[in-house]
Amino acid sequence: MATAHESTTNETSAHSADENYLTASYGLKSWLLTLDHKRIGMMYLMGVMGAFFLGGVFALILRAELFLGTPKTVLFDLNIESLGISMTAADMYNQMFTLHGAVMTFLFIIPSVPAALGNFILPIMIGAKDVAFPRMNLCSFYLWIGGAVCFLLAIVLGGLDTGWTFYAPYSTSTSFGGVFAALCGAFILGFSSIFTGLNFIVTLHTMRPPGMNWFRMPLFLWALYATAIIQLLATPVLGITVMLLAVERVLGIGIFDPQYGGDPVLFQHFFWFYSHPAVYIMIVPAMGVISELISTFSRKHIFGYTFIAYSSLAIAVFGFLVWGHHMFTASSELGAAVFSLLTFSVSIPSAIKVFNWLATMYKGSIDLRTPMLYALSFLALFTIGGLTGLFLGTLATDVHLHDTYFVVAHFHYVMMGGTLVAFLGGIHYWWPKMTGKMYDEKWASIFAVGIFLFFNLTFFPQFIMGSRGMPRRYYNYVEEYQIYHQISTIGAFLLGMSLLGAAIVLLRSLKNGEKAPANPWGSATLEWKCTSPPPHNNFDNPPVVGDPYDMQSVVYDPEIKGFVDRKPDNPNPATS
Amino acid sequence: MTTVATDPQSDHSDHHDHPAFLAHHFENPEQQYDSGKLGIWLFLVTEVLFFSGLFVAYIIYRYFNPEIFIYADDFLDVRLGFLNTIILLFSSLTMAWAVRNAQLNQKLGLIINLSLTLVCAFAFLGVKYVEYSHKFHDGLLPGKHFNPVVHHEGEDGHAADHGAEGSAAANETSEHESSEGIAEHPAEKPIPRNAGIFFSIYFCMTGLHGIHILFGIGFITWLLVRAVRGEFNDQYFGPVDYVGLYWHLVDLIWIYLFPLLYLIG
Ligand code: HEM
Ligand SMILES: [Cu+2]
Repeated sequence: MATAHESTTNETSAHSADENYLTASYGLKSWLLTLDHKRIGMMYLMGVMGAFFLGGVFALILRAELFLGTPKTVLFDLNIESLGISMTAADMYNQMFTLHGAVMTFLFIIPSVPAALGNFILPIMIGAKDVAFPRMNLCSFYLWIGGAVCFLLAIVLGGLDTGWTFYAPYSTSTSFGGVFAALCGAFILGFSSIFTGLNFIVTLHTMRPPGMNWFRMPLFLWALYATAIIQLLATPVLGITVMLLAVERVLGIGIFDPQYGGDPVLFQHFFWFYSHPAVYIMIVPAMGVISELISTFSRKHIFGYTFIAYSSLAIAVFGFLVWGHHMFTASSELGAAVFSLLTFSVSIPSAIKVFNWLATMYKGSIDLRTPMLYALSFLALFTIGGLTGLFLGTLATDVHLHDTYFVVAHFHYVMMGGTLVAFLGGIHYWWPKMTGKMYDEKWASIFAVGIFLFFNLTFFPQFIMGSRGMPRRYYNYVEEYQIYHQISTIGAFLLGMSLLGAAIVLLRSLKNGEKAPANPWGSATLEWKCTSPPPHNNFDNPPVVGDPYDMQSVVYDPEIKGFVDRKPDNPNPATS
Repeated sequence: MTTVATDPQSDHSDHHDHPAFLAHHFENPEQQYDSGKLGIWLFLVTEVLFFSGLFVAYIIYRYFNPEIFIYADDFLDVRLGFLNTIILLFSSLTMAWAVRNAQLNQKLGLIINLSLTLVCAFAFLGVKYVEYSHKFHDGLLPGKHFNPVVHHEGEDGHAADHGAEGSAAANETSEHESSEGIAEHPAEKPIPRNAGIFFSIYFCMTGLHGIHILFGIGFITWLLVRAVRGEFNDQYFGPVDYVGLYWHLVDLIWIYLFPLLYLIG
């Protein structure tokens, strides 16, 4: 029991200079049972990257299959009579896209920024030692693991081909084991997400240091706060929905299953009541990352702080009112019109943010480091994704575009071009803090540019074929669409390689990277005021709280290749 | 959840003023208490939302199929439901009292009140067990399993099986029996289509509520153990308070379930 304990007790009184959270204790157990938010954040990071890799492999299989669009490219008809397995290539395709979608949404993108980066950064950003409920935090991580295991079980237990949306009555009538396991997974992951959100809200309410009022809080924290509210208010509805669906599946209770008098459209309402807000769980934290990146690398105070902060909250609120736009074709006309209108209203706060970021860059001294490249790439891709969302929010066009590749391209622009790119930017930005190592700037930026270019190569053709009617979720297509699919597939493989390259650059830095200074980029938020990597308790002495975007408060010190606090001869102008 | 002992963080050698119950990352007991309090309130919000899905389902199905609800409600035993309401209300009282005991350092009172709450929780589940087994016996089951059985005087069996899985045929079957059965026996009325849906909703709602009671039993037992060990005092009574709030919510949900399920029609 006490091994981890002993190794630290004799050192606690005098922290040696390079003691940090990574060296505070050793051994697998000291990680698996840790209550340190930094270690939990790191474990989450590894977990979500693993999930992303898995989802990415599924995606590439899908794209490879679509290269020729005939059943005989990579997927094949599986027929093992002795085991009673028989599956056509088409079935396999269905399972692949379902798993790809489910893994990417539930296992990767929802926990990516909040649970991995947020866990690590949030307490340090407010100068606290940990989140409010460290044990709940660890529990959230293990729930995530449990959910992941359920998804893997779903593959084994006969697969899952309902699409990640689990629409009834399809999900109540096919592949029992797979659907049931995946529903359990979604339920458990929901609790994982709720625990993280609850922890963040309480931490931000009760543990901010004196001097940091709500409007001295870095925007990343506002974003996490808004996200946490959505997580808390939307996820329970998903919980009860998948639970009812699971009970439906097992007992046939007739709530969603029309065979027994149930209402499948009710399922859709329940599902989207969670899942539309869930897209803001995916994008809002990413926006928070971007606010930090843009301000730091423009070396300028963020423009319109309060607007950005409030727009996060506005998105959180509006996000709850628009779920019906996923069901235009399944709801009444009046309902559809109202949902269409509300959908447009959500785009306003998002646009406010984009304009504020642009205004922040205006006349800034822009430093095109890797994180900034990701931020710029986010701006471009998110804008495209957002604007094409308006086409889909418009009733008349949506009836044409619904369930085509246009939708696929739209949400990949938002989720991958938006969230994933921001996540990568965030990882590069906080990497020195998390690991204490600097990565190779040149190669990192090359891959950042590669990701941007190949992303467009992959997904832009999908807008075109979608608008010409290529339906989604099909493993085959008519001749006319082939050229677009081929471009898209080539792009996807190049994209996959760039992503792999970026990962290798980061991993290599662990071995060869230069030692990171406390503040390599010149940011003014608190996490850069402790050493890199942070000590076990984050701060030995509570840091002084100032304006988080006062870039003049730090100056470059060539000796340590990093930034240090400006000396008191120029007193900290923390009043703006 | 996991044990804390192994973690190096639980080491507060550099904070001599930290009382034992104060976690290392909090500045002072107030901050710890406030965090816990906010945490439990937020958790209760998620609980309400969790149940709200079922309430919405209830509203929708009742709005579109009032006849099912009026028909099926007759099968529920108002007296047992009422008994359970009283039991839970009483347990809320003892729970609230327990919180007060903890705040006033009354160890014995705390133990007594927690035990009483626990007894009530078990009593509630006991009554539910009686109700459930009755329904199972009568084939009053959710969804596709709905298959009500009519009892005749003297024979307590499955003789006249009105087995109508929500089919339209149900209407004819019940008529020729009417002379024999007890006049007001609900099963003698024509069975509306999809009557099983009521029992789906009934079992989902009361079942989920019952699971919450089970969790409550776990929490209260945990409090009881700690109370016996004398861990609570006027400085540190947070956990009793939080579990108390949880228990009141479970109670409150029942207060809604009772009229919505038992007192219609
Ligand atoms: C290398 C990058 C990626 C490629 C090549 C890719 C490719 C694909 C393809 C081919 C489909 C199936 C489209 C269809 O037939 O309907 C799909 C669906 C989907 N993808 Fe991706 N994807 C990638 C990354 C991501 C990421 C990062 C996310 C994160 C959220 C994501 C989320 C989804 C979702 C939710 C679906 C819908 C699944 C369904 O229809 O049930 N994808 N993707
Ligand atoms: Cu939506």
